[in-house]
Amino acid sequence: MGKIMLEVNQLTTKYVTRANEDVYAVDHVSLKIEEGKSLGIAGESGCGKSTLALSLIGYYFPPLHYMSGDIIIDGKNISGLDPDTVRKSVLGTDVAYIPQAAMNALNPTRKVYKFIEDVIHAHGLDMTNKDIYDMAHKRFEEVGLPEEALLKHSVELSGGMRQRVVIAISTILNPKVLIADEPSSALDVTSQKMVIKMMREMMDKGMVKSMIFITHELPLLYNVTDDIMVMYAGQIVEKGTAKQMVFDPVHPYSRGLMRSILVPEAGTRDVKLTAIPGTPPNLKHPPAGCRFADRCKYAVPACKVNAMPIMEFEDNREYRCGHSVQHLREVYEHEDRAE
Amino acid sequence: MKNTLKNVFHSPRFLVGFIIFMVILLTVLIYPYFVTRDPLLSLGKGFLAPGTYLSVYDANNAPTYRMELPEAAINRLESAIPTEDRQVMLDFLKVKGADVSGVSTANDSLDDLLALWKANYDEADVKASKYQGFSTQAQRNKLRRLNTSILASEQASAMSLSKGEGDAVAVSDTDYIKVNEVANAVSLPLGTDNFGRDTLTELVKATGVSLIIGLIAGTVATLLGLVVGLLAGYVGGIVDDILMFIANLFTVIPGFVLLILIYYSVGQAARGITTCALVIGFTSWVWTARSVRSQVISLRNRDHVNLSKLSGHSLFRIVLTDILPYIASYVVMAFILQVSSGILAEAQLSLLGLGPKTTDVPTLGLMMNWAKLFGAYTSSNAWWAYFPVIGVIALISFSLNLMNTGLDQVFNPALRD
Amino acid sequence: MKTELNNEAAVKAGPNTEGMNQEQLRQLEEGVSLKIDRNKDFSNAPSVLRGEGVTRIFTTGKTRTVAVDHVNFNFHKGELISIVGESGSGKTTLSKMLLGLLEPSDGTIYFNDQVRDISTGAKKRAYWKGIQAIFQDPFSSYNIFHKIDSVLEDCINLRGGKNLSKQEKYDMMTEACSFVNLKFAELTNKYPFELSGGQMQRLMIARIFLLKPEILLADEPTSMIDACSRATILDMLLKLRDETGMTVIFITHDIGLAYYISDAVYIMEHGKFVEQGPAEKVILEPQAPYTKRLISDVPKIHEPWDLSTVG
Repeated sequence: MGKIMLEVNQLTTKYVTRANEDVYAVDHVSLKIEEGKSLGIAGESGCGKSTLALSLIGYYFPPLHYMSGDIIIDGKNISGLDPDTVRKSVLGTDVAYIPQAAMNALNPTRKVYKFIEDVIHAHGLDMTNKDIYDMAHKRFEEVGLPEEALLKHSVELSGGMRQRVVIAISTILNPKVLIADEPSSALDVTSQKMVIKMMREMMDKGMVKSMIFITHELPLLYNVTDDIMVMYAGQIVEKGTAKQMVFDPVHPYSRGLMRSILVPEAGTRDVKLTAIPGTPPNLKHPPAGCRFADRCKYAVPACKVNAMPIMEFEDNREYRCGHSVQHLREVYEHEDRAE
Repeated sequence: MKNTLKNVFHSPRFLVGFIIFMVILLTVLIYPYFVTRDPLLSLGKGFLAPGTYLSVYDANNAPTYRMELPEAAINRLESAIPTEDRQVMLDFLKVKGADVSGVSTANDSLDDLLALWKANYDEADVKASKYQGFSTQAQRNKLRRLNTSILASEQASAMSLSKGEGDAVAVSDTDYIKVNEVANAVSLPLGTDNFGRDTLTELVKATGVSLIIGLIAGTVATLLGLVVGLLAGYVGGIVDDILMFIANLFTVIPGFVLLILIYYSVGQAARGITTCALVIGFTSWVWTARSVRSQVISLRNRDHVNLSKLSGHSLFRIVLTDILPYIASYVVMAFILQVSSGILAEAQLSLLGLGPKTTDVPTLGLMMNWAKLFGAYTSSNAWWAYFPVIGVIALISFSLNLMNTGLDQVFNPALRD
Repeated sequence: MKTELNNEAAVKAGPNTEGMNQEQLRQLEEGVSLKIDRNKDFSNAPSVLRGEGVTRIFTTGKTRTVAVDHVNFNFHKGELISIVGESGSGKTTLSKMLLGLLEPSDGTIYFNDQVRDISTGAKKRAYWKGIQAIFQDPFSSYNIFHKIDSVLEDCINLRGGKNLSKQEKYDMMTEACSFVNLKFAELTNKYPFELSGGQMQRLMIARIFLLKPEILLADEPTSMIDACSRATILDMLLKLRDETGMTVIFITHDIGLAYYISDAVYIMEHGKFVEQGPAEKVILEPQAPYTKRLISDVPKIHEPWDLSTVG
């Protein structure tokens, strides 16, 4: 077992709506990532995956509020720090964050290398501009970006190139955890592949020690991360390796998600595509029992009453359901045969 | 719809603006029922300061009542020797070297001050010597005038006393009359203007007229802008090009210059308030048209408009049901701003002497113009002739803009907190 | 783990519907499994929409942009066609031309083997009885000031049902809503934005059900919807096709989705069709370099995803 880079214990954060109601978008989430590993987070829109990303970087601004739990990055607990401290001493060095629209965040009037100077100066590192430029040049070379990109304005770069440049800038200080929230969803497939390739290389070369990758595109997640975690209504419902999660999901919700995957591969035309009925519960008033019970094909009355804890099974896998793993597998097998 | 209205009135900004505006509007509507006098009637000549004016003739005939006011005598002196004069007296006494300790310009030390003055003032001495601060002829003259008026006021009260002792129609310093029993008393809270017109009555009338001008100008500008903007935006192509060319012409020629030219060529005789309002309206539609057009262009390609087209609806119906409701809130806001700027434009024009013809009705701008022409700002120092007008213009403009930002907050989700 | 033990038997018996209200029951029914009949041959079916050299050029100032460049196509009755392209490929411009919202700069479009004539308002309206659309963003597809009732009633009026009685109209609307698993009684007097994205998109399909056009153009109808409700929408589109013999033109950027649902696939790049043919053939044996690249760049789950193909 490698060194733990990120450990999150029972993290709970909430949004306060305009009507002053509390929405617990991240509800007692715990996770661990080892050095050199990556974790994917999947789930439908509104499940709290993007809020989890914001919560993990410790950057709390209304309407998002920290409630409880720990975020420990390489032994340093950053939970509950004020945003200014987080910006100065955590962002960039411990955690780097790349949102979906990152590529549009660069000030169009400045050249790319200027942003790198900003990052270095903001962290109070003693380097001359010449040193910074050389370092940036070296880094760009390592991740396969052309040197010209440094001397251009962001608007002169294509979308995919811009996104890669932003990732290179955010990780220039070799953060311990990189949190990428849909970093390639706004790009065409070829640019997406380039972004993914670069991120993989950065992991391999140790420029980034560990990574959390958030997307709703499951085939992408399968190809990018080691482990996958499925979130539903602010909670983790299942966790396992990418392979286990895609080919052997246990939780009924994960199974529903995996059965909505469409890829252009031989044989996939004959699988049955399924839909999960209904909509996720309103988190202003979360249900008392299992949060998925209302949409679950296998729910029994008890599911709606008893709150489900997350339970470990097999080797490092976790799930949150009232039925036993063995039982669920039997039911699934039965269903598959019937098809 | 109901909900939107509720939201609008929950916005504190809108509410404050709305209340101010309603107070102004109600005053304009109700005031004429209480004061039925023609607002342009000349009561007297020239500026009269605010106050209540009693007819001396009627006051003589009014029943008198006897009252012993202990402070009556001193009040008389006080009103005869104002504080500024007392300060001059004090300054002179100091320079003269008199002992002024314990003497001030306050009412209760007026007796001491007068006694000191009488003891120290010597006309010949002042003429001959040059006291510091009283060295010029003008300053010496002022002192002389002051002395004369002090003596005169003392003599006057003495005279009235002596008159009272011997005469049959005695006017005693203890005689009083009741203001409501004087047949002719005029209350002028804001005095009169240069023509001797009651400024308050005139101001209320002028506010009403200016509001009508703003309303007409705003309606014309908004309707014109809306039609041009909708056509240019939705139809596009050559229609857009032509309409925007015209709009550009109006933009390039400064609106105000155009306004002045049109106004001048119309001639003063034909310039009623409607003409004034129409001219303002016809020169200020451009920006409404531009912003409506840009909004319509962004709406034109929305899917619901495409679907409406696919459903075979006519252009007229699409514009009316699929475009107009989406920009309605914006148009209301533009209208409010147009009303406000219409009132301001009239004030500006009138101030330049290009307002409606001057014999019929007052407007806020005309009142400013008159005040300027007859020196209310300068020689007469008649603040009451222009300051309330400025105040009303500012209040109207403030309330309308406040309503507008309130509406913006409700309708523009980006501005909600 | 008491719950677990109690649950075992119940699960084997299938979903327990006891104590569920109507809403929940209906929601369970929505959870469809999609299975498509692949054994249809459309090559001999009559052509409904055919294009020859269809071109659209946009001119702004001195720059000429060729958005759609001499494309030829032939869509058969009852066929489900996907037009696949990335952003900027011209697929949206092509769809607008097919819908008659945009005039082609060049080329001819044949509708039911007749040259399509939409030169006047009346002819346009006649054409639009034959072709309808579902757009990508359900939130912008509805006029937010119109209630659901008026959306559906508008469709009935359009199909000449203006003089029907209130009850008849109500019945038609109820039927259309139940086709897409919505309860009209619960929707009446509501505004579309009170529904979820998936429900709004289903209401769009109910609209098509009432209009019953010969051709339905669906422009990325599932891209704004969560993957787990996607199958519902697709299932309804296919049901509509099977019941009415409608031709469905599916515009998408998702090649996996196109492969899954369509009979024929047209791959579009820079305004041109670089490859076209039966889905099975185009996706599994791509010939054009662009198709090959597109397919190799999409992440897969059974085959390894080769990252070395990009720079």
